[in-house]
Amino acid sequence: MSTNYEDRDFGFEREYDRTMPRGPRRMQRRKICRFCIEKVDLIDFKDVKLLQSYVPERGKILPRRISGVCAAHQRMLAEAIKRARNIALLPYAAD
Amino acid sequence: MAEKRTYELVFIVDPEVAEDEVMKLSEGVQKIITGQGGSITKTEMMGKRQLAYEINHKKDGSYVLLEVEGSGAEIAEVERRMRVNDQILRYMTIRVDEDRRRAQKLKDRRARKAAKQPGSGKSKAGAAQFISDEEELAG
Repeated sequence: MSTNYEDRDFGFEREYDRTMPRGPRRMQRRKICRFCIEKVDLIDFKDVKLLQSYVPERGKILPRRISGVCAAHQRMLAEAIKRARNIALLPYAAD
Repeated sequence: MAEKRTYELVFIVDPEVAEDEVMKLSEGVQKIITGQGGSITKTEMMGKRQLAYEINHKKDGSYVLLEVEGSGAEIAEVERRMRVNDQILRYMTIRVDEDRRRAQKLKDRRARKAAKQPGSGKSKAGAAQFISDEEELAG
């Protein structure tokens, strides 16, 4: 679960390459939004366990190109994470 | 004007303050709110837990959660008092009625859609609905 996405190269060339798959494991299955499946309408900032799964070790919010969360839910999620940070349930930055 | 708003009020109390003192502090806050014409719909002592980062060189704190209904004036008063109270490390008020209403609306819409097309072509209908929901939210 702890994707080290910061270390990976997401530069322009890589992005370009993705459009023409070469090699066997180039095509990745399209991820789908977990919150849509579970029909979540409201993301609570007090639900630390849930939020933590979208905050890798560094403390940053996991981008949705990695997690596959839909735009609407990513907005809710980001809001909830920021609220949780304010009252010290989640870190702003971890070393 | 006379519209009722719902707020969630969370505050963190200094870990050195004893539990019954925290209780008393919470009661004091509730008294201020009711005195200003608001009402408390929920109280929850979330207990002592570790802070994700240090606040005033403290590593943990006692969390208290209140759900308040009122006009907003009592929130201003409570926040003013909390600001000067150094037993309270941090407080946060969030208006929740609007978000809850929106969530309810989404839920109702989903229920209506499910009633309209019962189960036929399940996966396709589900995907189409999901897309339209997302568009409406974005727009």
